[in-house]
Amino acid sequence: MESVVSRSGWWLAALFASIFAMAAAVDWGFAVHMGIFALAALIGLVVSLRTTDFQAAARGLLKVPQDEGRYDDDLIRYGMIATVFWGMAGFLVGLIIALQLGFPALNLGLEWTSFGRLRPLHTSAVIFAFGGSALISTSFYVVQRTCRARLAFPGLARFVFWGYQLFIVLAATGYLMGITQGKEYAEPEWYVDLWLTIVWVAYLAVFVGTIVKRTEPHIYVANWFYLSFILTVAMLHLVNNANVPVSLFGSKSYPLWSGVQGALVQWWYGHNAVGFFLTAGFLAMMYYFVPKQAQRPVYSYRLSILHFWSLIFLYIWAGPHHLHYTALPDWAQTLGMVFSVMLWMPSWGGMINGLMTLNGAWDKVRTDPIIRMMVLALAFYGMSTFEGPMMSVKSVNSLSHYTDWTIGHVHSGALGWNGMITFACVYYLVPRLWGRERLYSLRMVNWHFWLATLGIVFYASSMWVAGITQGLMWREYGADGYLVNSFAETVAALHPMYLLRAFGGGMFLVGAGIMTFNVWMTILGKLRDEAPLYHPVHNADADHPLTAVPAE
Amino acid sequence: MANKRIDEATGVETVGHSWDGIEELNNPLPRWWLWTLYASIVFAIGYVIVYPAIPLANKGTEGLWGWTSRGQLADEMKAEDQRRAGTLAALAATPIEQLASKPDLMRAAIEGGRAAFRVNCVQCHGSGAAGSVGYPNLRDDDWLWGGNIKDIETTLINGIRQPGNDATRQSLMPNFGKDGILPPADIAAVTDHVLSLTGKSTANAKGSELFAANCAVCHGADAKGGRQVGAPNLADAIWLYGGKREQVSGSIHQAHAGVMPAWGGKLDPVTIKMLAAYVHSLGGGEDFVAAPAATPAAAAPATPATGETNAQP
Repeated sequence: MESVVSRSGWWLAALFASIFAMAAAVDWGFAVHMGIFALAALIGLVVSLRTTDFQAAARGLLKVPQDEGRYDDDLIRYGMIATVFWGMAGFLVGLIIALQLGFPALNLGLEWTSFGRLRPLHTSAVIFAFGGSALISTSFYVVQRTCRARLAFPGLARFVFWGYQLFIVLAATGYLMGITQGKEYAEPEWYVDLWLTIVWVAYLAVFVGTIVKRTEPHIYVANWFYLSFILTVAMLHLVNNANVPVSLFGSKSYPLWSGVQGALVQWWYGHNAVGFFLTAGFLAMMYYFVPKQAQRPVYSYRLSILHFWSLIFLYIWAGPHHLHYTALPDWAQTLGMVFSVMLWMPSWGGMINGLMTLNGAWDKVRTDPIIRMMVLALAFYGMSTFEGPMMSVKSVNSLSHYTDWTIGHVHSGALGWNGMITFACVYYLVPRLWGRERLYSLRMVNWHFWLATLGIVFYASSMWVAGITQGLMWREYGADGYLVNSFAETVAALHPMYLLRAFGGGMFLVGAGIMTFNVWMTILGKLRDEAPLYHPVHNADADHPLTAVPAE
Repeated sequence: MANKRIDEATGVETVGHSWDGIEELNNPLPRWWLWTLYASIVFAIGYVIVYPAIPLANKGTEGLWGWTSRGQLADEMKAEDQRRAGTLAALAATPIEQLASKPDLMRAAIEGGRAAFRVNCVQCHGSGAAGSVGYPNLRDDDWLWGGNIKDIETTLINGIRQPGNDATRQSLMPNFGKDGILPPADIAAVTDHVLSLTGKSTANAKGSELFAANCAVCHGADAKGGRQVGAPNLADAIWLYGGKREQVSGSIHQAHAGVMPAWGGKLDPVTIKMLAAYVHSLGGGEDFVAAPAATPAAAAPATPATGETNAQP
């Protein structure tokens, strides 16, 4: 009872503080955001007051299983729903902005729907909302199983999940209202950054706490990757968001770093967001779900050690390759390039370990669409981690930089690797988490696989062509030494490629829509009546030895 | 370690741990992987030695080859400047009206002008120089301020309606409606008269009379325009601000007085010369006639010629 009172008191204090900040706000966007905070506190308050029995509250609302012999999976169920929801939202906004590039009228002439505001909405929705929800929920799933221990600090774990969702809502609404730091992948303003810092420290505590209370003697490789992801993202986030607010009740802030230092810090952050969020974190998912789905041992323990340490050591230095031929000193550009080149094999170590885990189970690529998705994800991982070091080479970069080639590169990694491995994990987890016999339909997984694969092919190849066209047109000089093309002409030349890209993105979105339906039906407990995917024909009538038939 | 076993499918020994049923094989590092890793490290070391790489107290190492990105740019720019120096000097020394007699120089000027146009002019005149409403099409032979190469250069240098520039192209059409010079009924009559010149309306005596009294002083009695004041030809099908009834009457109600920057202080004389040559080359350029002077009268004979070529049936 007492704890319910004190708990409600905290919620009330948070509610009052938010309302006060809302009233004192110096700009409209800050007031809206404090209103969202107030709403979150109000929901917390109502939820706390609905019962006076804290034990019941803990069981009913936090849903921490009483039985210590069961894993704490409720959050992971929410996490799967959040992953699918944010995925659909992010892919949809991606399609919209792809169409805006083809047909500028779709900006609608409104500031809220302009490309400049929707683009960070897309990138944050797919990376931080879709990818982040997948990472948090799978990490909670994997760390419990591979440590053979329940989540440490169950209340804090719930705070992590819901706090992260609040961060996503604040970030997304902020972009639409024009609240931004103007730093790629680090757009949310200072108070949202502070909120994420609190959430992230709690995440680290839950994850490390669970590892500490493990009953397995050793820490599984997936947990190394998850831990490096959590730790490094915390460091990146803190350093790149070192901003000073103009007013404690306003949304605007200015960075401590300026000029080329600011650019370098930003790309140290941006590159390692790719490295530790989209690579290390998703490799962790791969290291658990691929062996589980294939029912095979991991290919090489030694390779996992070596590629883990080389990856995390080398990745952190490669950021300057985003600033080739800029005001950044030449020496820093050189280091950015050579560390990127050395990063090639450490990255591929993960691909090798994933693909070779299928040794002895390659037939499953034919029969199991989830394995097929994982294999494709690893193939795209391999392609984009070759393409990345190649594009970091200065002479290549002088052609590719600022062009759509970069967009194609990012999406072959994001759609192919992050998207596909996440879809595979969702398909693996949903029937298990909801206690279903199997997915609603495996044939729909197959449809999803092909739609997504073809969509990525359209996307990546159109952007390669567009990027190289753009790069060559920009640098084309006539015999007299003058530029041949005006900028507008290079834009006009890309129009067909932009349409193809939107078409590919549309296919990817339709595939994800099929997944949403499939997951929905699985959660409802339905099974589609369908023929199994691999069904060797067996003719019982012919199953007998031949005997001579006497002539009549 | 305990629990080591030989994996049946591959014949490789496991490491002996198991997490949630996941085991690990004790395969060695793939040789090709390891050697490629070594090779990339060797490449990196070599690259670091020959290129600027290691940060020291005051500056980074310069590398064996002494390469810098700024140095490379400076070298390339220097080589290009030297290659072009002769042409640019010849252009500088040639008065623009004599360019036509030097085809090679003219061609070089047009190429340079094309590039400069893409940087400075496309924003208003469009990348194809075809203009849009309010911004003249430079590909036709309908010129407001004169279409020979010298006139074009003058317009480029001094701009149009630039305050503080005595040589700028200057004129001001009155706001006949807005300033109450003509009542709405009169404006409608003049609009009809103007549109009747291209067959889009019927002629009327009142409009004709009003035109002669108010408009002919600049646009000419035949409405074919006057270049000395940049007055457009109203008897052709080309309309800078639109040829629909409401657009024409709107222009009479409130005049537009479009502007263009004076490039004289912004671009060097050779670039302006090249721009003039490029614009002149687009299709509507008129021959430079070595008239006694660039007096307004000198431009007058050209006007009917323009009008004739654009005459509407």
